[in-house]
Amino acid sequence: MSDSAKSHHLNPHGKGDKTHASDFSYVGIDAILEQMRRKAMKQGFELNIMVVGQSGLGKSTLMNTLFKSKVSRKSVLPDPEERIPKTIEIKSISHDIEEKGVRMKLTVIDTPGFGDQINNENCWQPIMKFINDQYEAYLQEEININRKKRIPDSRVHCCIYFIPPTGHCLRPLDLEFMRRLSKVVNIVPVIAKADTLTLEERDHFKQTIREELRANGIDVYPQKEFDEDSDDRMINDKIREMIPFAVVGSDQEYQVNGKRILGRKTKWGTIEVENIGHCEFAYLRDLLIRTHMQNIKDITGSIHYETYRVRRLNESNILFTAHPPEHPTPGTKQSQTYNLFTCTNPHCGDWEEDLNSNF
Amino acid sequence: MSQSGEKGKFPDAAGYVGFANLPNQVHRKSVKKGFEFTLMVVGESGLGKSTLINSLFLTDLYPERYIPGAAEKIERTVQIEASTVEIEERGVKLRLTVVDTPGYGDAINSQDCFKTIIQYIDNQFERYLHDESGLNRRHIVDNRVHCCFYFISPFGHGLKPLDVEFMKAIHSKVNIVPVIAKADTLTLKERDRLKRRILDEIAEHGIRIYQLPDADSDEDEEFKEQTRVLKASIPFAVIGSNQLIEVKGKKIRGRLYPWGVVEVENPEHNDFLKLRTMLVTHMQDLQEVTQDLHYENFRSERLKRAGRAVDEDVLDKDQILLQKEAELRRMQEMIAQMQAQMKMKSDE
Repeated sequence: MSDSAKSHHLNPHGKGDKTHASDFSYVGIDAILEQMRRKAMKQGFELNIMVVGQSGLGKSTLMNTLFKSKVSRKSVLPDPEERIPKTIEIKSISHDIEEKGVRMKLTVIDTPGFGDQINNENCWQPIMKFINDQYEAYLQEEININRKKRIPDSRVHCCIYFIPPTGHCLRPLDLEFMRRLSKVVNIVPVIAKADTLTLEERDHFKQTIREELRANGIDVYPQKEFDEDSDDRMINDKIREMIPFAVVGSDQEYQVNGKRILGRKTKWGTIEVENIGHCEFAYLRDLLIRTHMQNIKDITGSIHYETYRVRRLNESNILFTAHPPEHPTPGTKQSQTYNLFTCTNPHCGDWEEDLNSNF
Repeated sequence: MSQSGEKGKFPDAAGYVGFANLPNQVHRKSVKKGFEFTLMVVGESGLGKSTLINSLFLTDLYPERYIPGAAEKIERTVQIEASTVEIEERGVKLRLTVVDTPGYGDAINSQDCFKTIIQYIDNQFERYLHDESGLNRRHIVDNRVHCCFYFISPFGHGLKPLDVEFMKAIHSKVNIVPVIAKADTLTLKERDRLKRRILDEIAEHGIRIYQLPDADSDEDEEFKEQTRVLKASIPFAVIGSNQLIEVKGKKIRGRLYPWGVVEVENPEHNDFLKLRTMLVTHMQDLQEVTQDLHYENFRSERLKRAGRAVDEDVLDKDQILLQKEAELRRMQEMIAQMQAQMKMKSDE
């Protein structure tokens, strides 16, 4: 946002205005951008990213590489054993990071144990439940009578799904997971550890994946139906031609051509993480952070969350029985909520299981 | 040893009989007969099994390969596909059968995926046992699985639960040689760490993989060193490729990346040569261990079972017998308890 504000000042060809010098037709409405920018910087941003994939695909390393700091679960809770847990766990780590005065609260949600067992049936259920729980928490805050100025946003904005680089096609588990979760969260599929594929293998693999996603009706981010205008569509089409991004992660630096870069050093060469000729990490980073971060959050808020909210409100047969409490005690949510969910349906409480089992 | 059947060249040393010539005769006969070897490859899809087999034996075992899409894989079960190829090198004929197991580990629920494989191995043993006990034993075809390459994914942190379960289920039936596939994913440090991790986990779960025999004391130093190096490199971290790439004027097999070329036959890049050496120099030993250990185990189990008559009633009777024995034991325990109680009461 800061870039566009700056360029607006320098560029005299804005929408129907000149520079500040020629006063007649300049009102100053565009100054609002600067105000918004300053407010946003004071408030800071929140971003919640979930990483899903089999153990050993480099999820934690990629998170560290993306944000150029040790944000992953492994950096915070070092686990020397690296054992595969028996059931799927959901581990959420938050960090406050800052760059050029812009503060961000980044939450990385890790899912160790996904897809590692012999029997992986329904391994997506804990993840679905977690995502729905976050929506539920937000909804509860929203329907509060006295609600906070800024509702803390713990909804999962983006789910990065790691595909193992087999080179052939998607696995049944990948298909099932993405099919179910693309309906509730933005999924960004990436090909993990892409330094195992040559360029032709990579292209062939990506093409196969895109065809399979299309054939099964799975809509990953950026979704075609949410393109706002033709500009958006053009940009997003270009991105859609490139997904899934083939990424390589690394948090070790090496000296190459006099520069210190992140990479992996092997006997036959050094793989540079940020070199577009080597892997597509830079595209992923640009998509997630530099260009589409706000769009991802918007889609989560305005589409996925709204879908959840509508379904939830419909299911509970709302009775707007407002019971304003006589002695409201600050801090207790219960006393301040509309008795929104007093439903006549005796099976009201089962909706959660229904919701989770419908997928 | 230049005595290749020429009876005139024997030294006149006293006490020389001439049966030192026997190994040569065996050698000639086996060269004429040719060798048979059955190799099974097991591993998840996409680990480069077919490429590795083609690279190892410099053939194309899978000319018309069809890889099904993910939606098709959901319905599929594990299949067994055996392809045989005759390879000849310097007059020695090898009839190599490669048994592939497509579909292994693909399904969401992989609980049953190794039943098919175990059944196949048992069937081969069964057939051999049947032929061996038959009347005409001239042309017994040995289709028993002599060696199983188990492909471990390099992307994990060690063995997956499926790997452990599968290896525990077949380590008493076939020689397991664990192989780390697609080793060009790993840096040297990662490779060493993964190898150590895998060996630790194998020891922890009590999995018996194929142990290379130590070199005999009368072999030369070079061979002993080679065997030591081979033993230290298990599990082998390999890369396969059949594409020829030009490097420094020479055409070599490898994989071309934007950041460099991985050479298949370069021992600094991967353990492909070691794997090939191991297979080639120990083919005989693998066959022997299959015959002496795994097949004999199978045979004694089988005959013990058959000895009780392969009759439903008798098998039931067997179970009834076991049940009665258990009941008897329980009764005895109860009696012992009651006796102890009575003793306590009388002591009071």
